[in-house]
Amino acid sequence: MITTIVCKELKILFASSLAWIFLALMQLVLAWVFLERLHTFLAIQTQLTQLVNPPGITEVIVAPVFSVASIAFLMITPILSMRMLAEERRNHTLVMLISAPVSIAAIVLGKFAALMVFFLLALLLILVLSSSLLVGGTLDFGLLCSNVLGLTLLAACFASLGLYLSSLFSHPALAALSSMGVLLFLWLLDIVALDVVAHSVRYLSIFQHFENFNLGLIDTFSLAFCLLFVVAFLALTMRQLDRERLHG
Amino acid sequence: MAVIETSAMPAMAVHNLSRRFGRHNAVHEYSLQLHRGDILGLLGPNGAGKSTTMRMLTGNLAPSSGSVRICGVDLVAYPLEAKRYIGYLPEMPPLYRELTVDEYLRFAARLHGMDSAALPAALDEVKQRCELNAVGKRLIGVLSKGFQQRVALAQAIIHQPEVIVMDEPTAGLDPNQIQHVRALIRELGRSHAIIFSTHALSEVEAVCSHVQIMHHGRLVLDAGLGALKQQSENLETLFGQLTMGDRPMREATR
Repeated sequence: MITTIVCKELKILFASSLAWIFLALMQLVLAWVFLERLHTFLAIQTQLTQLVNPPGITEVIVAPVFSVASIAFLMITPILSMRMLAEERRNHTLVMLISAPVSIAAIVLGKFAALMVFFLLALLLILVLSSSLLVGGTLDFGLLCSNVLGLTLLAACFASLGLYLSSLFSHPALAALSSMGVLLFLWLLDIVALDVVAHSVRYLSIFQHFENFNLGLIDTFSLAFCLLFVVAFLALTMRQLDRERLHG
Repeated sequence: MAVIETSAMPAMAVHNLSRRFGRHNAVHEYSLQLHRGDILGLLGPNGAGKSTTMRMLTGNLAPSSGSVRICGVDLVAYPLEAKRYIGYLPEMPPLYRELTVDEYLRFAARLHGMDSAALPAALDEVKQRCELNAVGKRLIGVLSKGFQQRVALAQAIIHQPEVIVMDEPTAGLDPNQIQHVRALIRELGRSHAIIFSTHALSEVEAVCSHVQIMHHGRLVLDAGLGALKQQSENLETLFGQLTMGDRPMREATR
């Protein structure tokens, strides 16, 4: 049942030019960052060799690309998630899903899985870009894996948060604006927390946790935080949809 | 859970269904027995509670009290089981404009748990019935209103549900399309239990075997159409009498 919903979501997503344009633009920006970093690396390569423990190409080139990709994901999440529930409500198609013999959990999980498939596709493009470095050197696969895991978890956090905010509104633009607002707030939280002593605030920022993965640090706390974040917002989304049935 | 299939069991049995929104009684003690082969027309002025009732009958809104049993399965306790037997055409057609008619109907069938082996035959049959053969490959968004309504209707019947619930299926259609939808309802009524709401009294007289009239959330008439004809009651005058003043509920003459 979940696969039926995933297939439908992906069909609608890729029927519009939006998904293709985003993937193309993201790849363009990332390739630019990639070449820029490659250029820098080649320029400082001789100096790097004099260091005791010099950073490799993965650290200098691939990690920044993933960092920029996280911002690209932040930008697209509101636009993707607003279609998921708010637009379905506005187009009166949510009724069809609720009337069908499908549980609310399956509907929400199906939509979440569809978002994740899209993000993983984008991630695959980044991986292809990164692996082009294999032509002239070797990659630090540990760091690469940590980055992939980090970006996947970040995307999952974005997707679940976006879905929840989408479930609150019946106007897609409002849903998109609110998730953009919340995501930017979480991002700012990360920047602000740098100079404010309040260390606990940093724990709340999903970007802070992504940075750990970005540096190659697989922290169980970050892992647990992201997973709890996803589960919590998926549960809230299911609750919200059920509330509508109960309260009209 | 086991469901005992007997011919005597009603396809839809509703008992004292009520729904309150705060202090407002939107639907009050609505009851219904619908068998296969019955076509019930639900009448009432705007705001009488018809759409709220239909949303409760299809599991889109939880009732405040009362029960809905579809083919013997309680809709509140076992929603996934009960919803298999329902096809629902809401007031606003639930259409994905980005999909083609074929894609959309296939999705509707899968959503209702139809396996892929039975799907092509069901798709052909429903397209034949709703006269959608010519537009199978076209996007729903570019179709005319009449075609869109037929696609929405096809969505409600593709999985061969026992009970078909339709909220104003002929609203906004031209006279020819209305005739076509009426003929389709009549044909479907032979093998399904149908309940639909409408504002056209002539439609009820032309299509239905039973009629209910709602007013202020209460049933004010629940009668067989044959019985009404025998008493030579005119539906139009009856509707006026029942929904203008505050007359007590008429005895059921079914």
